Amino acid sequence: MAKILISFTLNGKKIEDAVSPDQPLLEYVREKGCKSVKRGCETSNCGLCTVLMDEKPILSCTMLAVRADGHDIITLEGKQQEAEEIGLFLAKEGAEQCGFCSPGLIMNIIAMKNELTNPSEDEIREYLSGNLCRCTGYVGQLRAIKAYLASKEDCQ
Amino acid sequence: MNKYVGTGVIKSDAKALTTGKPVYTDDLAPADCLIVKVLRSPHAHALITNINTNIAMKVPGIVCVLTHEDVPQCRFTMAGQTYPEPSPYDRLILDRRVRFVGDAVAIVAGETEQAVDKALKLIKVEYKVLEPVLDMRKAKDNKILVHPEESWKSLCPVGADNMRNLCASGSDSHGDVEGTFAKCDVVIERTYRTKQNQQAMMETFRTYTQLDTYGRLNVISSTQVPFHVRRILSHALDIPKTQIRVIKPRLGGGFGAKQTVVTEVYPAIVTLKTGRPAKIVYSRYESMIASSPRHSMELTVRMGATKDGIIKVIDLYTLSNTGAFGEHGPTTVGLSAHKPIPMYGKQEAFKFTWDVVYTNTLSAGAYRGYGATQGIFAVESTVNELAEILNIDPVKMREINLVREGQVMPAYYGETATSCALDRCVERVKNMIDWDKKAKPITLPNGKIRAVGIAMAMQGSGISNVDVGSVTIRMGDDGDYNMLIGCTDMGTGCDTILAQMAADCLDCDMENIAVYASDTDVSPYDSGSYASATTYVTGMACVKACVELRDKILLTGAEMLNVNVDDVDFDGQKVYVVADPEKFVTRKQVGYKGQCFSNRELAATVSHSSPTSPPPFMAGAAEIELDPETGKVELIDYCAAVDCGTPINPNLARVQTEGGLVQGIGMALYEDVIYDDRGVNYSNSFMQYKIPSRLDINKVRVEFESSYEPSGPFGAKSIGEVVINTPSPAIASAVATACGVRIRELPITAEKIVIGLKNK
Repeated sequence: MAKILISFTLNGKKIEDAVSPDQPLLEYVREKGCKSVKRGCETSNCGLCTVLMDEKPILSCTMLAVRADGHDIITLEGKQQEAEEIGLFLAKEGAEQCGFCSPGLIMNIIAMKNELTNPSEDEIREYLSGNLCRCTGYVGQLRAIKAYLASKEDCQ
Repeated sequence: MNKYVGTGVIKSDAKALTTGKPVYTDDLAPADCLIVKVLRSPHAHALITNINTNIAMKVPGIVCVLTHEDVPQCRFTMAGQTYPEPSPYDRLILDRRVRFVGDAVAIVAGETEQAVDKALKLIKVEYKVLEPVLDMRKAKDNKILVHPEESWKSLCPVGADNMRNLCASGSDSHGDVEGTFAKCDVVIERTYRTKQNQQAMMETFRTYTQLDTYGRLNVISSTQVPFHVRRILSHALDIPKTQIRVIKPRLGGGFGAKQTVVTEVYPAIVTLKTGRPAKIVYSRYESMIASSPRHSMELTVRMGATKDGIIKVIDLYTLSNTGAFGEHGPTTVGLSAHKPIPMYGKQEAFKFTWDVVYTNTLSAGAYRGYGATQGIFAVESTVNELAEILNIDPVKMREINLVREGQVMPAYYGETATSCALDRCVERVKNMIDWDKKAKPITLPNGKIRAVGIAMAMQGSGISNVDVGSVTIRMGDDGDYNMLIGCTDMGTGCDTILAQMAADCLDCDMENIAVYASDTDVSPYDSGSYASATTYVTGMACVKACVELRDKILLTGAEMLNVNVDDVDFDGQKVYVVADPEKFVTRKQVGYKGQCFSNRELAATVSHSSPTSPPPFMAGAAEIELDPETGKVELIDYCAAVDCGTPINPNLARVQTEGGLVQGIGMALYEDVIYDDRGVNYSNSFMQYKIPSRLDINKVRVEFESSYEPSGPFGAKSIGEVVINTPSPAIASAVATACGVRIRELPITAEKIVIGLKNK
């Protein structure tokens, strides 16, 4: 299959590359070393592969790499400071557990914080409903997320 | 006073995990790994009559295609259990007979995924399609045999007989069963069914393999049982165990799924045949159709009681479906009786009979709860039904019957409940959910009905007389420590909690202890992390190893101070003369002494095994809202009180509980593996196999009612498994209270409730 030339930014770095037209963005960014991006299913159910495209959360498993052309893609590798900060709130509850869903969840928490002001518990659940977790049962994560949002509130 | 034990220390791997560092199996696999995939059977039961791989081999990039003609012919089990495994040796890596839809037919390895996918389509297989056995009720003594082969063998006396489709069978009893039934005022008999459930850990099964400098097979795998993987691979590949090294990186969850060697054989045989690194990463689809789910069971409970509600006798028959292969079949079934029955302390007799049958469905395996979950659904539900018949409150029913500390439990191998706060757990949960106020159902203005239900649970802490945990702890540079362990942290936090224990034993900071796990070349032997063993069994090994190392530190310090060892003490920082504390050597000095003109290694390796398996106990209560128009059940609140002995890390214990409860809630309400009449598994993705999402979970509240287990480290028992057991019976009971419909087959769906209401 003929490759297609695309030009986009990945974690702030300008990239020009020839990519296969059938390659999902998920596999592409992992090949580029962004190993935080995980695959947990093939049906867009789990949210593990969440990355930001122009600041909006997307599922990189169901987006072809060619569609990144002209866009700004950010993975958790490009949000290390936020990851560490949010991660600490999760860890204080023991709610990172196996950690496999953490990168996708944290990407979506970052997006939620940018999009919603003072979200209620129901709004948090709704916004993050596409991020599955099998270890925690979600309640510890909710405590952590609320504590994180409250800490940001205090700063403002 | 403990500095770390009993506190919510942050897990030592938290930062790496939450910042997305490449620490899992697939992140670490070399870029030049061959991609390995498996061709799977479309038939539930068939013989391969011809298999042509010539065209597939011609696909550019394909390196090898293996069929049943290319693999060793010695049967083995994929169950990660202590040798000799109770699970029968009934597998080959590839077999001429395929036994379920999804069974392995051929292995393909190539340079790229695209090439492998193409080659998989080009393998031409001819099958002689056979009639399958799909219904577990018809499997025993059926003329169709799942394992007719002569090379099938069972290493342990578990009542297995492949000529009867039996993976295991037997019976066990105590006291005068029929005589006790005859004396009872009321006897009820009920049959319950549980379905296969998927562990559905977020990281699917995966393994990569390569040859090291010495030509040994290195296996890097997402496994709970590295040492068992090594032995099992040696059996499967017919190579010496010394030729295999197994390393476990971070795991993206396990829940028992990774106590079975699901993927390891495939890249391993490719690496042996080609000499090249190879990896397999199961898709979610494969993790749903070719994995190791919970055994589906049919449980018939006969229970006898006095009119005052004293339960005198329980007789349980469990029929368990092990599927196409016998992994964990003989052992899971036992827990269906040994965990629920002993919770009722006033019994005079019990009886347990079981059959574990082969069928042409997905091979079952280990899943958190391991048979106890199924048994507790049946027995706890029967207790709730009995309570209704006797018009006794279900909480009261438990209060008058439950086992108490110090009691002997005949149905639990005659063990004594050396630590038991089950009474306090029930009391606590009763208060948490406000039982007395809510015991009667309430119809809301919108027509929906609110109701509550309760259940109790127990589990074990490791497998008594079997599980081995070992810890190596050694002092090195600056007097700091290295701790090597063979158990497997799968997100549970054992690397951290064992360091908490060691730091308190050695009176140092956790930062002074570097933990490494696990690697069969480096770690001391550990059975692995399953059966709720790690905190209790490996934890005790940790305590014992620290005691032994402390003795060596004292001895070395005393020699350095030129005094008798009885005259010195160690406070964690220095060895000092008790009578003259100004005379001391620092830990750092002792550490470096061990590296200079020393004939004493400042290290200790200790194994620990326990003759008992002290049960953790808990009580759980559900509050639901049921819509009688649609049958929809919404879980409003779930309350749990847990006795895990001393919670070593309360934060991690709490999240274990919350996570286990939510898995149990999924099992209770919607998780189901559904087959069609040809044995095709429809529940093959997260679309069809629904696990709880954030929107499904409202309030889940957890409290601890701690006892102190004298045989456990710092008084600890286990927590990992007991927590999954109460939701099914508690929710089923709440549903029955709300609308009078008893759902005796999981999951408790709206459809079943509506049908029940119509048939009332």
